[in-house]
Amino acid sequence: MSRGIEVGGIYLDNAATTRVDEGVVKKVSEFFTKNYGNASSQHSIGREAKEELEKARSEIAKFIGAEASEIVFTSGGTESNNLALKGLALANPEKKHIITSVIEHPCILETCKVLEKQGYKVNYVGVGKDGIVDAKDVERKIRKDTLVVSVMHVNNEIGTIQPVEEIAEICKKKGVYFHTDAVQGFTKINLDLKNIDLMSVSGHKIHAPKGVGFLYVKKGTKISAIINGGGQESGLRSGTENIPGIIGLAEVLKKKIDKKKIEKIRDRIVRGLLEIPGTKINGSRDNRIYNNIHVSFYGIEGESLMLMLDSEGICVSTGSACASTKLKESYVLKALGIEELYIHGSLRLTLDEITVEEADFVVEKIAEKVMKLREISPFKFEKGEMK
Amino acid sequence: MAGNVDYNKKVLEHFKNPRNMGELKNPDAEATVGNPSCGDVLKIMLKISPRDDSSRPDNENIISDIKFQTMGCAAAIASSSMLTELAKGKSLNEAKKITNNDVAKALGELPPIKIHCSNLAADALRKAIENFEKSNANI
Repeated sequence: MSRGIEVGGIYLDNAATTRVDEGVVKKVSEFFTKNYGNASSQHSIGREAKEELEKARSEIAKFIGAEASEIVFTSGGTESNNLALKGLALANPEKKHIITSVIEHPCILETCKVLEKQGYKVNYVGVGKDGIVDAKDVERKIRKDTLVVSVMHVNNEIGTIQPVEEIAEICKKKGVYFHTDAVQGFTKINLDLKNIDLMSVSGHKIHAPKGVGFLYVKKGTKISAIINGGGQESGLRSGTENIPGIIGLAEVLKKKIDKKKIEKIRDRIVRGLLEIPGTKINGSRDNRIYNNIHVSFYGIEGESLMLMLDSEGICVSTGSACASTKLKESYVLKALGIEELYIHGSLRLTLDEITVEEADFVVEKIAEKVMKLREISPFKFEKGEMK
Repeated sequence: MAGNVDYNKKVLEHFKNPRNMGELKNPDAEATVGNPSCGDVLKIMLKISPRDDSSRPDNENIISDIKFQTMGCAAAIASSSMLTELAKGKSLNEAKKITNNDVAKALGELPPIKIHCSNLAADALRKAIENFEKSNANI
């Protein structure tokens, strides 16, 4: 069933997950077979594991401009986001109000729903047509009993960059905790942690293994654990540390990314796609992470397009209802006010390193498949007019 | 978010090479079903003519040609294609009896999640035939 991407496929779904870096795989493997100790053990193998764990913690802390004690390793983005919101709620029971945005990842939105059932009031701030939260909208919603404001750094579907530093500054002034889900932006766009109290990060989105991530927790933040046990991670996250994963996460930060090159090729693909009639870009074109393309093609359906591209070895994703397990169209695209016919015909391409030849091949294939599906479709887009 | 929808070979084959796809000029009947908000819309067009068969003196009307246009997922396109194969050459009475379930069976199987939302082709055919019968009732 699986088609190895190395046998000629083009993987353009790096917002879903990434290929683990070869150097990381090499480095990590010894932590399965040689240095496999439990960091809580007192013997030499355990102590060695502890040493490597703390070294990785320091490297990661240095990378984001934090202290080692402010890094809490978790199983990934979902757990980090759960820990941030539920952990704050547990430790600050007098505050019962939360502000977040309508375009957050489900692990924030579903956590908020759970808290609503526990008596919390949650405000979901909307976005403009550009897919960006207005910091002033957030400011207006802040109350005396606001526990936390949680706004993602970069949206996972449309790649729009949210004004998190601005919102963080407002929260600081008002004395409200600010959390950001930085899963999509981490290593790609720098964030100043000055006013950010909590930040969620995941390893597998940045060429580290799956099953590892961390929550940055600023010193002095009142937060409780949601997973209890042996008291690892300063009591904030019990469970034997995933040392191979953590080592991999620290290792991948040494890798340099040629962001300018990816952005240039991204723009080349966008220009190519816009030549297909009836094509629209979803979300802000400028305030967008450099590796994201999100477009809609009028009159066709995204799952069909995705499958046709898959048969050419091109891996992408779509916001169409037909491709979702719940048969619901993307709530993010809906929040932008995009018409249904365009939502169903949406395509997300998230790039890593890619050659110009591959990029041109992708544009050519997308154009070909869109035209084929339009031929099948009763909705026509001819001479700039919809029929 | 991509769901993991696994289609069988037959569905994928009809999806990639749909039969009877396109428009009929001056169709004798047509019908459109579905809703753009669900992501699936399909249109069936029919040519209807008396059966040219001396061994069957009833001279009943048959579907002499059928074409479809569909906007939708692979299941919607494949089931439209299969429906046209099932319906072509059938009498109107036989064709009216084709159900969405017959289409799904002919395709082998459809992912359960797709059975209700994307398998509308037989509905469109029945509606087209009804449209034809209504407009010809007074003749």
